[in-house]
Amino acid sequence: MSAKSGPGRKDISIVLGGEAGQGIQTIEFILARVLKRSGYHIFSTKEYMSRIRGGSNSILIRVSSQQVSAPVDRIDILVPLDHKALIRLESRINPETVIVGDITALSPERDMIDVPLQRIAEEVGDGIYANTVAAGLLSGILEADTAVMIDYTKEFFSRKSIDIVNHNITAIRKGYEAGRALCKSGKISISVNKDPSAAHELLVNGGEAVAFGAIAGGCNFISSYPMSPSTAVLTNLSAQDEQFGIVVEQVEDEISAVNMAIGAWYAGARAMATTSGGGFALMEEGISLAGMIESPLVVHLAQRPGPATGLPTRTEQGDLELALYAGHGEFPRIIYAPGNTEEAYFLTQRAFNEADRCQVPVFILTDQYFMDTYYNVPALDIDGTGIMKHLVQTDPDYRRYILTENGISPRGIPGFGEGLVTADSDEHDEEGHITEDESVRTAMVDKRLRKTETILADSVLPVLTGPDQYQNLIVGWGSTRPVITEATEKLERGDTACLHFPQVYPLPPAASEFLSRAEKLIVVENNATGQFARLLRIGTDARIDNTVLKYSGMPFTVEELVAKVSEII
Amino acid sequence: MDKNIYDMGKIDIAWCPGCGNFSILKTLKETLTGLGLVPSDVVLVSGIGQAAKIPHYLKCNFLNGLHGRALPVATGIKAANPQITVIAQSGDGDMYGEGGNHFMHTIRRNPDITNIVHNNMVYGLTKEQASPTSQPGFITPVQTHGVFEEPFNPVAVAIALNASFVARAFAGDRDQTSEIMGKAIRHRGYALVDILQPCVSFNKLNTHRWFKDNSYYLDDSHDQSDRMEAFRRATKPGDFPLGVLYVNSDRTPFEESLPAYLNNRDPLYTRQLNKEKLADLIMSRT
Repeated sequence: MSAKSGPGRKDISIVLGGEAGQGIQTIEFILARVLKRSGYHIFSTKEYMSRIRGGSNSILIRVSSQQVSAPVDRIDILVPLDHKALIRLESRINPETVIVGDITALSPERDMIDVPLQRIAEEVGDGIYANTVAAGLLSGILEADTAVMIDYTKEFFSRKSIDIVNHNITAIRKGYEAGRALCKSGKISISVNKDPSAAHELLVNGGEAVAFGAIAGGCNFISSYPMSPSTAVLTNLSAQDEQFGIVVEQVEDEISAVNMAIGAWYAGARAMATTSGGGFALMEEGISLAGMIESPLVVHLAQRPGPATGLPTRTEQGDLELALYAGHGEFPRIIYAPGNTEEAYFLTQRAFNEADRCQVPVFILTDQYFMDTYYNVPALDIDGTGIMKHLVQTDPDYRRYILTENGISPRGIPGFGEGLVTADSDEHDEEGHITEDESVRTAMVDKRLRKTETILADSVLPVLTGPDQYQNLIVGWGSTRPVITEATEKLERGDTACLHFPQVYPLPPAASEFLSRAEKLIVVENNATGQFARLLRIGTDARIDNTVLKYSGMPFTVEELVAKVSEII
Repeated sequence: MDKNIYDMGKIDIAWCPGCGNFSILKTLKETLTGLGLVPSDVVLVSGIGQAAKIPHYLKCNFLNGLHGRALPVATGIKAANPQITVIAQSGDGDMYGEGGNHFMHTIRRNPDITNIVHNNMVYGLTKEQASPTSQPGFITPVQTHGVFEEPFNPVAVAIALNASFVARAFAGDRDQTSEIMGKAIRHRGYALVDILQPCVSFNKLNTHRWFKDNSYYLDDSHDQSDRMEAFRRATKPGDFPLGVLYVNSDRTPFEESLPAYLNNRDPLYTRQLNKEKLADLIMSRT
């Protein structure tokens, strides 16, 4: 039995399965960093049930000699920590899959390599170290750098007692030795080349990329209510509150979150809220308020399957139309949908600048898959980003809603200048006072709507990957970018390219040009009704005959997308 | 200071003639002037309703937002710039009904803001329906057989939540109301001023006379730090105590507890990002 990395196989896929509380996430944390620092390219994602203990969860780690950033179905090495994992992952096990684990604990129906993780852990001092033994086992199989492994184990457990740190070090060493022994005996054979440059790259997940982007965009205020899968942005910013001067408040509900953020912007902060679909729905009246009083606002919407509570820990791209039509009345907005780590960082930073420049709500749409996924990237472009403030010091005659050609009235804040800063959710005149004058109403609506043109004057363009001359164009938005790109590469067709939209609304004018050049358009979306395809039909002349949709709660995999697209082209 | 600094001059006011809002507006302007506050240092935050229109009738910065949502907006403003005097002002339906959840949690949070509530025990702008504070038996076109729910008791709730300042006033008594308002604005922390107010158009039950007959002023013997006594007085049926019921000076204002202000007291808008720190943070993820 062997997991060979023969010709054409530059990466292997490791899957860990177990119930919540068994510590598979600890294995993920240790393994991903140890392998990356040892010089492998790493991709890691997880799927889990909405419970604290029990159930059956799994983690996929791809170890590669070049960058990988999309999930695969294939399992090369499976480490099940319980019998349920074997049953649950059954359909993904192939004849080449190597299963490694405690034979006594698993009572498997198929062949597997026995490594007594539990017994080794007990020899170290306690069965609870079994997950650390497993991390060592896989590090050994992949011949990780042992100094790196020991250092990171110390770092990872640094808040624990010295005894616990030492036991974990012994556990990971024992696991490592067991892994090396498997390779030496020929039971497992792996040969993925290392790439020393990977060792120094960043390992950042979606939640971190959004939070770092927010800091780069000058975010200094976040008011939010915890909701999976959006909470990581709140905790990541909370961890930096003192360091970067960020006001963080966990509020009573999402209504408070959005209104507090609007109050903060009004007084000069750069504020955001992070939420998921249900919370975003509660924010809608506040979003409409931002539209009316022309307040900047940034909301991160990490999508999960709905309606209602839906699948709380699963993934979907089902809330595009929610964001697109959120809030009563007509007002402009911007929607970004980052496709990868670098884009999440860049677009979140940009969201603050554009919200401030155009005085509109800006939404960043991610999803559970994106939030819980990480892979190494060379860098995040700190120098290429920055904070563009658009505040004016008011004079005594300041009028907040002065009519202008581009729809943008210079924004003052209270306490900065001699003028008074007014804002009213009623229709208002240039001074911000309530009016029912028909001509003022019409002029104010026109002024607000003119901002869409102002937004479009500086759009984030769609990204084309593949040949410039194409017959088939695979179109996506948000987190599907890497899986579409890898699947298209796997198709190995010179006539097929992919187009990813980081800015989904307003649709950049360039969209029509890209779409019109294709003979066949295939829109790939993680939802049931093709919401982005519908938006493209409204916003362009494109004829979209094909959609590939998935709404099971799980992200697309490379193999799945290759098969579905092959049927179409 | 110019006594008319807050006056708007001749403006069209949407309140009914004889409305208690006029005297509250006058009292507020006098109180702010008396405290030496200039309009550019003050932000009024309101929701929706007749009372919530008050920011349009005096010179000041204001955010007249959504129904029930003045308190989170006011908290956001104070936390973004602690140097501003922030007053959240609206009616009983707005603050205690639509915004009831925010009312409770703002008291817990304790931002240094003043919460002035025009409590006329009826919905005016929507033309005569019961409010959370309407008295049992109050008949309206919706509550056709009379209100039967227990009235919301804002001062008792605030005391129960250990609010840092709880007071009640009567709109008809301008001098006393101004004194209470002044104490509330000067108080460091969240301060509630519930102002009993007649509605001449829609509330024929709780009239000027009725409020006079059913209220009394706390005298000097009332110990404002005695929470149990304050609660006892706040909950005594049929007898509304006026004045400062309860003060808890031990609570730290929300914005003073925020880590963002531990090493730097400047308003957020004046601050710059330290790009080197950001680079260090990002590089810690190798």
